[in-house]
Amino acid sequence: MLYTLAWRNIWRNKRRTLITAASVLSALLFALFTRSMQIGTYAKMVDNLVQAYTGYIQVQKKGYWENKDINQSFKVSDTLVDKISSILNVSAVVPRLEYFALASFELQAKGSAIIGIDPEKEEKLTHLKKWLRNGVFLSTDDNGVLIASKLAGYLKINVGDTIVLIGQGYHGVSAAGKFPVRGILRFPSPDLDGQMIYMSLPNCQEFFSAENRVTSLALNLNNPDELDRTKQLIDEIIRSHNLVAMPWQEMLVELVQYIKQDNASGLIMLAILYLVVAFGVFGTVVMMTSERIREFGIMVSIGMKKWKLAVVTLLEMLMLGVLGIFSGVIVSLPIIGYYYLHPVNYGGDMGELIEKFGFEPKMYFALQPDFYVGQSLIVALIVLCAACYPMIRIFKLKEIKAIHSRM
Amino acid sequence: MEIIQLKDLYKIYDEGAVAVNAVNGISLTISEGEFTAIVGPSGSGKTTLLNLIGGLDRPTSGEVFINGTEITKLKSKELIDFRLNNIGFVFQSYNLIPVLTAHENVEFIMQLQNKPLAERHKRTIDLLESVGLGDKKDIRPRHLSGGQQQRVAVARALASKPRFILADEPTANLDSRATTNLLDIMERLNHEEKITFLFSTHDQRVVNKAHRVITIEDGKVLSDIYQEVLVHGKH
Repeated sequence: MLYTLAWRNIWRNKRRTLITAASVLSALLFALFTRSMQIGTYAKMVDNLVQAYTGYIQVQKKGYWENKDINQSFKVSDTLVDKISSILNVSAVVPRLEYFALASFELQAKGSAIIGIDPEKEEKLTHLKKWLRNGVFLSTDDNGVLIASKLAGYLKINVGDTIVLIGQGYHGVSAAGKFPVRGILRFPSPDLDGQMIYMSLPNCQEFFSAENRVTSLALNLNNPDELDRTKQLIDEIIRSHNLVAMPWQEMLVELVQYIKQDNASGLIMLAILYLVVAFGVFGTVVMMTSERIREFGIMVSIGMKKWKLAVVTLLEMLMLGVLGIFSGVIVSLPIIGYYYLHPVNYGGDMGELIEKFGFEPKMYFALQPDFYVGQSLIVALIVLCAACYPMIRIFKLKEIKAIHSRM
Repeated sequence: MEIIQLKDLYKIYDEGAVAVNAVNGISLTISEGEFTAIVGPSGSGKTTLLNLIGGLDRPTSGEVFINGTEITKLKSKELIDFRLNNIGFVFQSYNLIPVLTAHENVEFIMQLQNKPLAERHKRTIDLLESVGLGDKKDIRPRHLSGGQQQRVAVARALASKPRFILADEPTANLDSRATTNLLDIMERLNHEEKITFLFSTHDQRVVNKAHRVITIEDGKVLSDIYQEVLVHGKH
């Protein structure tokens, strides 16, 4: 009977119930939409850089990250690679030799990042092949290069042309060479797309006169959530080699900071939104309670225990909340689902502006169940807090005063 | 057997500088099976007296015994239980639960008493039949007339098998026909099932049906008359 009473009570004033449920629905929809957009975009930013470049962990010589000098490279042994590969969570160990050189073609020249890679292993980490837009991918002992599309555009170079690289190699040896362009890579990250040149590791080691040396071992993980534990295991292996294991958060400090700041502002917006909704719900509850004080008085007078009456009002609020939350989730799912599958492209000036700041001009959405649960729980908490009001009024109720109260 | 016993009952409302004696030293007893009307002008203390008897309000001083229990000493929670099991209420404005049907309104009291479903169902049907609303059991209060709502309220008051029924101006909002109908039902229940009724009223038709008429003025009992005795010339 308590459930029946509660259910029928919320439909006594259909319009008010629908307006309240709609306000909960709108808040949830807005919260889910904006948070999904934020979380999705952050995840993509991290993915773009971690999956396409840094890996989740990199093994480097101490001090390399602060001073990316080829003289900070190290000789890598098969034993070390095997030991690291034997850690269960490590799915790929990818050797790289990275440095800088001036790239030129005809009248154009630009400073570029030169990455020597093992094409097969690199594919396991960064799935580099998926960014190939023109030409062919590198083979293991290839003497050609792959160029990022924005850089290629700047240099006005195409597949089949020959690029000239000039720089400084290991221990100050001068490095110069001509390399045929095998393919053009199109990266989502504008930073990467404007400066990357890939060549096979032996080719790169020869170019920089750094035989058997690498600047990093980039690692891919089966489960990124166990990054800390994996790092500990790697630390134990490399302790005696004067090497360090750097997680992606330490390598991409600016990105992490940006995400933190942006996330904080998003949370503040949400807090304001929820505050507004909380006041709306509370206003409805106050009105509902005031209208029914006389009825509460009658019910207690004829023998209904106050706690039972309080349970009825609590059930009413829960039903109202569930109605709003349920409809909010139902409405938001197809909308967010659509944008999850079809990220929003920033066009025109906005897109260019975003690219100038080094971000991909696309808005990605996340579709995570825990996120829905979290937001729904916040709304449920608001509704429960609002439910305290009629319950307090009921427990403080004086029968005579209540019976003689007027709306 | 005495069901209600009031001893030197006072209820003083402190309204600013002036203290109002709503009930001013009333002592009386009501016995089982009585059909008693409390009459008096507005503000005489009728409703306050009924509220004190029903345990809805607490006296400033004095004692209220219901069936031997001094309810003035009961705690708030105990009073709610006591009212549920001992007193039936009929209010001037019917005060049925609007979202429940006539049947559910009557059954509700027995649910609060945790009576088994079969018993609840049977008694609800019987009570609605006895007030002539067997065919209206699935109708919500707003679709019933005032008289019908008050008859449901009487059925609800009887549902818990109370020791007596307190009715505050039960006919005040009813037309002449509905009043007669309700009085006939109450009189029959009193006569056939020995249910004790105590009601406040302004309505002369109700007063005429009462076996005992207690007149109150300024919170005091002005007269206490057994009408049958009066009719037969005795006092």
